[in-house]
Amino acid sequence: MKEFKVTPIRNGTVIDHIDVGMALKVLRIIGLKGENVQSTVSMLMHVPSKKGEWKDIVKIEDRELDPKELDKVALISPNATINIIRDYNVAEKFIVEVPEIVRGIVRCQNPGCVTNLMEPVEPEFVVESKKPLLLRCIYCERLMSDVSDYLI
Amino acid sequence: MTSNFEGVDLVTIRDFSRDQIEHVMNLAEKMIPIALGEERSDLLSSHLLGSLFFEPSTRTRLSFASAMARLGGITLGFDQPLGASIQKGETLADTIKMVDAYTDVIVLRHSAEGSARLAAHFAEKPIINAGDGAGQHPTQTILDLFTIRKAKGKIGDINVALVGDLKYGRTVHSLAEALALFGAKLMFVAPKTLQMPKETVRAVEKLGAKPAMLTTIEESLAEADIMYVTRIQKERFPDLAEYQKVSGEFKINNALLKDAKPELKIMHPLPRVDEIQAEVDSTDHALYFQQAFNGVPVRMAILSLILGAKS
Repeated sequence: MKEFKVTPIRNGTVIDHIDVGMALKVLRIIGLKGENVQSTVSMLMHVPSKKGEWKDIVKIEDRELDPKELDKVALISPNATINIIRDYNVAEKFIVEVPEIVRGIVRCQNPGCVTNLMEPVEPEFVVESKKPLLLRCIYCERLMSDVSDYLI
Repeated sequence: MTSNFEGVDLVTIRDFSRDQIEHVMNLAEKMIPIALGEERSDLLSSHLLGSLFFEPSTRTRLSFASAMARLGGITLGFDQPLGASIQKGETLADTIKMVDAYTDVIVLRHSAEGSARLAAHFAEKPIINAGDGAGQHPTQTILDLFTIRKAKGKIGDINVALVGDLKYGRTVHSLAEALALFGAKLMFVAPKTLQMPKETVRAVEKLGAKPAMLTTIEESLAEADIMYVTRIQKERFPDLAEYQKVSGEFKINNALLKDAKPELKIMHPLPRVDEIQAEVDSTDHALYFQQAFNGVPVRMAILSLILGAKS
C-alpha cells in the first residue's frame, strides 16, 4: 500500500510543483494567514517529484481558490500547478501564468524609489518578460528579476 | 498636432514619440527670438506654473521660470522645501494635490526616483519631470537633442561620444536612448566601474544602435562629432587615489583636442567642475553655454504645447 505522509484531501485546492523551499512564500503571496483560514492547510516541503527532483506542495482543504488569483504564485514559482480537488479527484488543473501587471504584491528593490517612502501608493510593475521573469517598476522604471525577497 | 500634447504628462522621454520630439524642437526654433527677448509674447498669459524644486537647481529652475515669464505666464513655487509643509511631514502626494488646485501645470524636481510618475498619478494637471533622483530628466534630453540638431543640422548618422560617469549621471541614460531613437552612432566612454547600466545598453540596442564601449577619451576622439561630457563625482569612489587617477584621465583640455575633428562640438549638462578646462571655452568646440541657453526655448515650446496654447 502506498504510504502518504499527508493524506489526500477530499475537497479543496492543491498547489503542486512549487519550487523547493518556496512553500512558505507561496502561502504569503496568496495571502493565506491564520486569521482568514477556516479549514486545514497543509504544507509539504522538500518532497520528491516524479521527475526525481525536489518540490514543495501546499494543500488547502474545503476551499477552491480562483486560479486567476493564484497566477501571482508564478512570480516565485513559475512551474507550479493548481489542482482543484472534488471528492478526492482532480476536477480542474491549471498551470500558473505570470500576470501582465503586478500590483501590491512586490515592493520595488530600488531603495530610492518613491514607492518605498511614506507615500500612499501601491507598488506596481509591468511584466516585461515572463520567462525569465523581468518586472519594470512603473514609478522608477527600475528592472527587477528576483522578487522572492521583496514580497509585501 | 498641438492637441496631441495638451494636458499630457512628460515624465520620461518615452512619453514622447520621435515625431513629437521633432515637433517640440521645431517649435523651440521659432521661440528663439522670444527667448532672447527680441520679440514679445503673451502666449501663456494668465497661465500659472507650479514650480516645485525639492532639490537645488539653477539652470532647470531658472530656465523654466524664464520660459514662463517670456511667454507672459506666472510661476509659483519654491526652490527648497525648507518651511514648506513637506518639512512638517506632508507626503508628496498631498503637496501635489494642493498645488494641482492652484496652478495649470506642475514642474517637479524631487530626490526620489519615480516621484514624477507618482505626482502624475495624483494630479489632474500635467506634470513635467525636472529630474527625479537618479531617474529621468526628459526636458534636458530634448534640449540636448535640440542643441545637437542645431549644431549639426541632424541627429541621425553622427557620432556621439557620451563621456564620464555614465552609471550615475542622470542625463545620459535617457539621452542615450533618445539618440538611438534618432539613429545616432553611440560611443560610451567611461571608467569600467562607471560604464552605462545594462538596462540602458539593452534599450539602445533594441532601438538598433550598436554602442562602442570605450575606456579612454582618446579612443573616441578621431570619430566623435559630438562629445557629451558628464562629471565624475568623488563620492562614487571608495578610494580617493583611484578617483584622482580616473578623473585625471577624463579631463578635456586643448592639448587633448588637437587630435579631434575641427568641427567636434563639446556639450555638458553643467555644472562642471574641472572636467572641461576653462581654456576650451573660447574654442569653437565649446557648445555648453549655448546648450544651457537652449533650455529656455525648448521649455517654452514644451510648456505652450502641454498647456494647449494657440499661437
